[in-house]
Amino acid sequence: MTEFVATGSLLEPHVVEGSGDTTMVLNMGPQHPSTHGVLRLVIEIDGETVLKVVPDIGYLHTGIEKTCEAKFYQQVVPMTDRIDYLSPMSNNLCYCLAVEKLLEMEIPEKAQWMRVLLNELTRLNSHLVWLGTHAMDIGALTVFLYTFREREEILRIFEHVSGQRMMTSYFRIGGLALEPPFDFFDRVQALIKILPEKIDEYQNLLTGNPIWVSRLKGVGHLSAADGIALGVTGPPLRASGVDFDLRRDMPYSSYEKFQFKVPVSNDCDVWARYVIRLEEMRESVKICQQALDGMPEGPIKADSPKVVLPDREKMKTQMESLIYHFKIVTEGFPVPAGEVYQAIESPRGEMGYYVVSDGTAKPYRVHMRNPSFATLQALQVMCEGRLLADVVAVIGSIDIVLGEIDR
Amino acid sequence: MPTSTKDAVLSEHAANPGISALLGWKPAAIVDALWDRSELTLTVAVDDIREAAKVVRDAGFNFLEDVTAVDWYPTEPRFQVSYHILSHGLKQRIRLRAFVSSDDPVIDSITPIWPSANFYEREVFDLFGIRFAGHPNLRRIMMPDEWEGHPLRKDYPVEGYR
Repeated sequence: MTEFVATGSLLEPHVVEGSGDTTMVLNMGPQHPSTHGVLRLVIEIDGETVLKVVPDIGYLHTGIEKTCEAKFYQQVVPMTDRIDYLSPMSNNLCYCLAVEKLLEMEIPEKAQWMRVLLNELTRLNSHLVWLGTHAMDIGALTVFLYTFREREEILRIFEHVSGQRMMTSYFRIGGLALEPPFDFFDRVQALIKILPEKIDEYQNLLTGNPIWVSRLKGVGHLSAADGIALGVTGPPLRASGVDFDLRRDMPYSSYEKFQFKVPVSNDCDVWARYVIRLEEMRESVKICQQALDGMPEGPIKADSPKVVLPDREKMKTQMESLIYHFKIVTEGFPVPAGEVYQAIESPRGEMGYYVVSDGTAKPYRVHMRNPSFATLQALQVMCEGRLLADVVAVIGSIDIVLGEIDR
Repeated sequence: MPTSTKDAVLSEHAANPGISALLGWKPAAIVDALWDRSELTLTVAVDDIREAAKVVRDAGFNFLEDVTAVDWYPTEPRFQVSYHILSHGLKQRIRLRAFVSSDDPVIDSITPIWPSANFYEREVFDLFGIRFAGHPNLRRIMMPDEWEGHPLRKDYPVEGYR
């Protein structure tokens, strides 16, 4: 049994008090180039040594959970895009799976495989932005230009399939919004064919670079026990030696049919998180290839006329379809009472949606458990005793998105 | 089919280490049990929540995923505090929940068991106004300190387009 370390300094009061003549309180943020969004860190330093890091969050005030309570179930899907602008598809998927679990609905195989394919593209998209900005925070600008070149192609694919580059809203409760367009699979194939050598290119630029190595190795130590006690998930936890991935261990949306490795490292530092995300990108490419090779034929929506909108053509020619269309759009669809918690492996770690239904057409409560929120708590443990410049490297390594943190 | 009576659920899932540990510790702590949509929910007496969390953790459910609340206004007890706990070894989840009344919404903090509950409980305190006894730093986390009211309560006024 793992011994749990109630990490003392995290549990101390919020207000930082200078302990004398030698320490100083420094405010990093609320807006800082190394954070994706608004985050203020109150840092107590002694010279350049960090004694304490206290995150101060809550600048966005999106009110997203409250807004969900006023919407029909299907109207919440576009809201979930706004949680995390780097992985909208993961949020779509997690919410749709939760509602489908409440409805106890079966999804056609092709829709499930398409969801897997798009989620792995989302992971690649998110990790490319992470790598570029993480390298830029530390001072290597070239990688940023390279990764955004490849990310652009992924965004073009998203635009091709859903009509939107970032706020895709492509998933629906019961399947997908539309059939994938005619050359969609060709474009994905062309992309994932070049990606492995591009990943090699980034690795060649960074891994042998002595500045990169010395800024990353041994920085931001997080033990497995601390990681579990502080709620860390995803790549940061796997970099601490915990071999757990929801895609493999608690599969959803037909992930059990795919072969892939889960990279794990025992180094527990920023370097390990960098290596693990690069490996994850290679594995994602393999999953995409398997999805392309074995993509099943069939419908992309569940056969459930009271929940899933009918095809446009049917709506124009059949009275029943028109009635269902009208009723779903104006009244929504009732969902049986109950509560579910559905978690998926998002690019940043475990993302969970807790949906409570009271039997009406609007969710009684939607709660989003986002990985960045929990991982941010571990910042103090990772930065304590290190230099001020290491704080930037550590924030980059946990791949933070502030939209996930604020409500 | 959901199994809803407490005794039926407890006997059907007697092999679950969380259930057997809780029954071995204090059978009266489990107020209700529910098996619905392949998810196990145990309702725990509000005074027992911290000890119950410790017992469940020692039984192998090692990772606290989430703490959140639901406001069942105007029924009493009004607030439901939900804990989602994962076992990395068993690859299973368990949901503990406790009901808190509205006139004095206090529940024990579980930060001594899982330090990660720190942010989660502050979020629930901020948005629902439920206080966590023994929390080391119970302050608002999202809203400004001087903010009045708790936005996720059902009787908090909503303005604008609906």
